[in-house]
Amino acid sequence: MFRFIVGRLLGAVVVLFFVSVVTFLIFQIAPLLSHTSPVYFYTGKVPFAAGSPALKALIHQYGFDLPVPVQYWQYVSGIFTGRTISDGTTVIHCTFPCLGYSFRQNELVSSLLTEAAPVSISLCVGAAVLWLVGGVLVGTVSALRPGSIVDRAGMGLSLGAVSLPIFFTGPLLLLVFEYQLGWINENYVPITQDPLGWLGSMILPWFALAFLFAALYARLTRSNMLETLGEDYMRTARAKGLDRRTVIVKHGLRAALTPIVTIFGIDFGTLIGSTVITETVFNLRGLGYLSITAISQQDLPIILGVTLVAAVALVVANVLVDITYAFIDPRVAL
Amino acid sequence: MTDTQAPPVRTPESNDEALLRVEDLRVHFPTGDGLVKSVDGLSFSLRRGEILGIVGESGSGKSVTSQAILGLHKGSKARVSGSIWFEGTDLVAASEHEMRAFRGDQMAMIFQDPLSAMHPFFKIGDQIAEAYLVHNKVSKRDARQRTIEMLQKVGIPNAAGRYDDYPHQLSGGMRQRAMIAMALICRPKLLIADEPTTALDVTVQAQILELIKDLRDELDSAVILITHDLGVVAETCDQVVVMYGGQAVEQGSVAELFAQPEMPYTWGLLASMPRMDRVRSTRLMPIPGSPPSLINVPNGCVFNPRCRFSDRVPGRKCFTEHPELSPTTGSASPLAVHEVRCHIPAEERQQILLTEIRPTL
Ligand SMILES: Nc1ncnc2c1ncn2[C@@H]1O[C@H](COP(=O)(O)OP(=O)(O)OP(=O)(O)O)[C@@H](O)[C@H]1O
Ligand SMILES: [Mg+2]
Repeated sequence: MFRFIVGRLLGAVVVLFFVSVVTFLIFQIAPLLSHTSPVYFYTGKVPFAAGSPALKALIHQYGFDLPVPVQYWQYVSGIFTGRTISDGTTVIHCTFPCLGYSFRQNELVSSLLTEAAPVSISLCVGAAVLWLVGGVLVGTVSALRPGSIVDRAGMGLSLGAVSLPIFFTGPLLLLVFEYQLGWINENYVPITQDPLGWLGSMILPWFALAFLFAALYARLTRSNMLETLGEDYMRTARAKGLDRRTVIVKHGLRAALTPIVTIFGIDFGTLIGSTVITETVFNLRGLGYLSITAISQQDLPIILGVTLVAAVALVVANVLVDITYAFIDPRVAL
Repeated sequence: MTDTQAPPVRTPESNDEALLRVEDLRVHFPTGDGLVKSVDGLSFSLRRGEILGIVGESGSGKSVTSQAILGLHKGSKARVSGSIWFEGTDLVAASEHEMRAFRGDQMAMIFQDPLSAMHPFFKIGDQIAEAYLVHNKVSKRDARQRTIEMLQKVGIPNAAGRYDDYPHQLSGGMRQRAMIAMALICRPKLLIADEPTTALDVTVQAQILELIKDLRDELDSAVILITHDLGVVAETCDQVVVMYGGQAVEQGSVAELFAQPEMPYTWGLLASMPRMDRVRSTRLMPIPGSPPSLINVPNGCVFNPRCRFSDRVPGRKCFTEHPELSPTTGSASPLAVHEVRCHIPAEERQQILLTEIRPTL
């Protein structure tokens, strides 16, 4: 068990290394492709005339004149030890975790991220709870009575849900519950400030986001459960004299949901940094919103910061899935 | 033996009375391709302490029959008719709820292929204990204790340590023993063993059969032993039903049936049976052809497409008329029941057996 976990963690470190190389290379390649000084991508402007000593000094300060591996080392070690960043006029000292500074927004990327991440996490956790409960429930009930009205309604609804994009369902929810009924206020409130306000501000985005996933998970649960119901061990469970509920919940769901754990971990990990549409529709200032603004402003430090955070989330989710799986499926060799 | 319970007393009356009586059992499955008649008019009965063998090729309806006895077709699309009398209750008419009290407690099953019949995610000990806990109001600790005793009894070494193993961690033979422990933990009156020794090597096979016999002796249970192998039947069983295409084609006491097999299909099974005790006079002969479709069952006798002797019956009767299961005339003892489903006249059958079949066996 211990070796297994250490192995998975080492694997995660390797993946993060590659992610850091790729994000670093973006800084190397972007200037080449756009024939702009690399300074532009750090500061959002080229503050001095091309070839001027001031620009040269700035380039030297960033280390763009150093060999590429040395630059990579500065980039990575800078995250941990901090760096001094300057656009020629303002000088910023950024300490661990130093992911850069956005001169456009005049803020450290790390503080932008710590502001945005709770919003995205609130959004994803709430939606995940909803879609898991909803999807598993609908999927299980459908599988128990295949071809019944419940099954057809559930699967029809989920087919509809899969084909309806959030930029349709989101505004629809807003229109009905916020503008027409006035039940819900829109502005995000941190849970630490006002839990009920937080709930009120998140409930619509949760439903909008969960709807899509609930549909997928309902179908997944249904097909897994149908397969499980045909397994020999389900017959054994009945042959022991167990009641139907124990057979289905204890023996059936246990087997049918185990593979879903993997898919859920990956989905959740991926989602953290990619709820752009939901955040835009509901005006939530989360990671997705942060990155879409950064992209439109060519604010590379933010883009990279979000990318790194998203990558870390995905890698952590993967490791957690693997470790969880080893606990819930005894056949996984440790 | 660690059991404290005394073995049940057998009075002469209870001895005569059948524990299980299956009458004209039919199990039909409606499918997209048509109605699958997996079991079609099966009757037999069984007393306590007796072992009944059901033999037949793959797909002859053996497992479907045993699942019908446990009522496992209830709630599925299967159409079950006829009756299964178990101590005064008709299990065919019983509700799923009523069946639950019988299952695992009064009657239990050792399933074919224990790897897929055990839940991959639960410890074998817990799976066995669960069967005990449903029917007995005992603490988890007592159930664990009882399970470990049971694992010891079926010959699993280091039973307490094995309790926490998962099915995939056991060898085939050990898994089969665990399955037997699960079936026997509530001391069932009826034990159904569905091919308990297939896929096991010969020594383990012998041990498992010995174990089933011992437990039958101890609990005075009735046992239905399903197998492909007539050799196993000869060594283990008291009664035998030879099934073909969902029907019994020959049935009777083992002594009778082996002394005087009468149905061409039984001859085929005997001829295809490997013998350890002596060199065969001819090559092992598998029965040519394949088992019948259970959707379009052949007219007349089910076995006619593969029968070498249908030309011995006048007037193509084998192809037009369904033979009834009727008592044989050549019974060694007048009391023994031995029935066969065949149109070949009795004298002719004995003649064929004597001159054409015996020498090749
Ligand atoms: N649920 C079902 N629906 C349709 N057909 C079925 C169903 N269950 C069993 N059958 C059919 O019934 C026939 C008898 O099956 P059964 O499992 O009883 O065979 P068996 O004698 O146990 O064979 P084996 O020796 O291979 O275990 C088979 O042809 C099988 O395809
Ligand atoms: Mg079978």
